[in-house]
Amino acid sequence: MSKAITIDGKTVPFSEDQTIMDAALAAGIYIPHLCHNPEFQPHGSCKLCVVNASGRNVTSCTMPASDGMVVANNTPELNEDRKALVQMLFVEGNHICPACEASGNCQLQAAGYYLHMQSPHFTHFYPPRRVDASHPDIFLDLNRCILCELCVRASRDIDKKNVFGISGRGINSHLVVNSESGRLGDTNMTVTDKAAHICPTGAILIKRKGYTMPIGKRTFDQKTLAEFHLDQMKRTGPDGE
Amino acid sequence: MGNSQAGISKVRIATCSLAGCFGCHTSLLDIDERLFDLLGMVEFDRSPFTDIKHCGPCDIGIVEGGVSNAENARVLREFRDNCKVLVAIGPCAITGNVPALRNNIDLWDCFQEVYLYDPGTEGNQIPNDPELPLPFDKVYPIYEVVKVDYFLNGCPPSPDAIWKFLTDLIEGREPAIDYKLLRYD
Repeated sequence: MSKAITIDGKTVPFSEDQTIMDAALAAGIYIPHLCHNPEFQPHGSCKLCVVNASGRNVTSCTMPASDGMVVANNTPELNEDRKALVQMLFVEGNHICPACEASGNCQLQAAGYYLHMQSPHFTHFYPPRRVDASHPDIFLDLNRCILCELCVRASRDIDKKNVFGISGRGINSHLVVNSESGRLGDTNMTVTDKAAHICPTGAILIKRKGYTMPIGKRTFDQKTLAEFHLDQMKRTGPDGE
Repeated sequence: MGNSQAGISKVRIATCSLAGCFGCHTSLLDIDERLFDLLGMVEFDRSPFTDIKHCGPCDIGIVEGGVSNAENARVLREFRDNCKVLVAIGPCAITGNVPALRNNIDLWDCFQEVYLYDPGTEGNQIPNDPELPLPFDKVYPIYEVVKVDYFLNGCPPSPDAIWKFLTDLIEGREPAIDYKLLRYD
């Protein structure tokens, strides 16, 4: 007898060790997310994927599915919460879409579109953040980092280089680079590393590649974040480029 | 509210550009021949199109650009006081956008860089005429200064987005910008 949960009334089968997110993506059901990527261990930090599972709000990317679980996902209340989270991410960093190379290919931006965000709503922090251009092929712009730790996971688990880490606590959390100088140019990171291509925003950019795709042809000119993430499941290729 | 010759009351609109580039206004002009339809429905109060200096009582106020100095704040307050519905158009009004890139730089350092240190500025001084508006420490989105009723995104919003938004508002509908027209860049 196969086990199943329901998501917004739809029966979704799952296998042992699958989370709610795994089961949903496999069934073609979209749960908004930013820090989750099916290729990596779940992280559960962005909280966009919070669903209501049998009465409790849980992050669907870390919560194991269990037989008979009743999940509410695409509800106005949860989507309003998700929008507020995206708005907080926008005001916590310096996300200036018209001046960003990642615009049109940025998952944070696309999450804003998906959730009908019309304004960042909250008071902007305009935090002072560092830009690191020391690497010959890779830009690191911490103004756009949302602390999803995808680069940390990619560098540690795939590239086996441990180039990135998170330091500090609470609002002072920030991405750090594992070299004596703290500069990316003094690490052994290369442009072919997984970590160089995993950033959902424009915090890690490949040099000399900016604005190659004309407006109208960029990823999220053509599809929604939901379509992009569901396609990502089907792809065997490495990243979302 | 003004009256057209046919006796149908027209919607009165004021527009301004604060710390913006007038790109949103240019995009408004880009609705092309629909401008004739628009002018059948609205009358412009203060706006770069009319050169009226102060905003009178209006139905809709459209503000481009963020708040960068005391003059911007004064104009914005005048709009809020006089307009029933206030619209922030474009990312400068909504997030501060490119002008807000200076928000992490000390204002005095910024002035020195622009007026004293830049090549070709030898012998110059930092402008300090009392008639110049006092610059603020940061560039603020307009919703951090006054209550804003609606936001129209896009740098600039496309003419189609502006047309859809304005016709919705003028004809009394809740403005609905669908996925294709919602852009932050």
